[in-house]
Amino acid sequence: MTEGIPLNYFLILSTLMFFIGIYGFLTRRNLITILMSVELILNSVNINFVAFNNYLYPDRLQGHFFTLFIIAVAAAEAAVAIAIIINIYRNFKSINVEDANEMKY
Amino acid sequence: MIFLFYLLSGVALLSALMVVFSRSPINSVIHLIICFLAIAGHYILLNAQFLAVVHIIVYTGAIMVLFLFVIMLLNLNKENEPHKKLYTKLAAIISGGMLLLVLTGAVKSVALIPFNEKFDSQIGLVGNFGKILFNEFMLPFEASSVLFLSAIIGAMILGKKEKITNNE
Repeated sequence: MTEGIPLNYFLILSTLMFFIGIYGFLTRRNLITILMSVELILNSVNINFVAFNNYLYPDRLQGHFFTLFIIAVAAAEAAVAIAIIINIYRNFKSINVEDANEMKY
Repeated sequence: MIFLFYLLSGVALLSALMVVFSRSPINSVIHLIICFLAIAGHYILLNAQFLAVVHIIVYTGAIMVLFLFVIMLLNLNKENEPHKKLYTKLAAIISGGMLLLVLTGAVKSVALIPFNEKFDSQIGLVGNFGKILFNEFMLPFEASSVLFLSAIIGAMILGKKEKITNNE
């Protein structure tokens, strides 16, 4: 289904999405929004894997499996990160990253 | 087909920008869901039908609901999050933008690959997927079960309310 679309377009799309994720990761202070930026970064990498698989080896599924395992790892990571966020909220009554500075000094 | 690609890319990029720029976390989550649906559309364009369905189920069905639940539970739906200072934003734009520049420059000169003869539109369906998953990728599959077990135990231990033993 990708006859008219060059591979470059998908790569540029995923690059832009990666950049948006990095910008959010660096500028936001809310822990949950930072976690969402990480999810954006992971998804941009997933698009790359599937695009390369479809253009280079359309008869094999290696890229698809990489994406599947990345989704699995992202799910596990989100669960553990949210447990940590709830714990931070209990201790500091806020999820601002700059409030959690007990180990900074 | 190229029109569909532009439409899905526009939706994905705009909603990704809204995730980063909207002040309240609830709006971020809603826009992230829209972004993930557009990415699932890209997977269908790229002939990965099973992956698109798994992506919708896992991301919008499990992870985003978890995020929404935590935001509601902690009552974080306020718009008073102070944004970082201007020089932090400038530094983020410069550091990320340099990476963007290099990657875009590298990606633009990728040689066009002729369309492969062995193209099979049924390759991404669940039958083929399962056959290869349980032959070639058996070990990673089992390893991911161990990963999930440790994630469950870790989340439970971290989320448990600690008993206060030391009297301060």
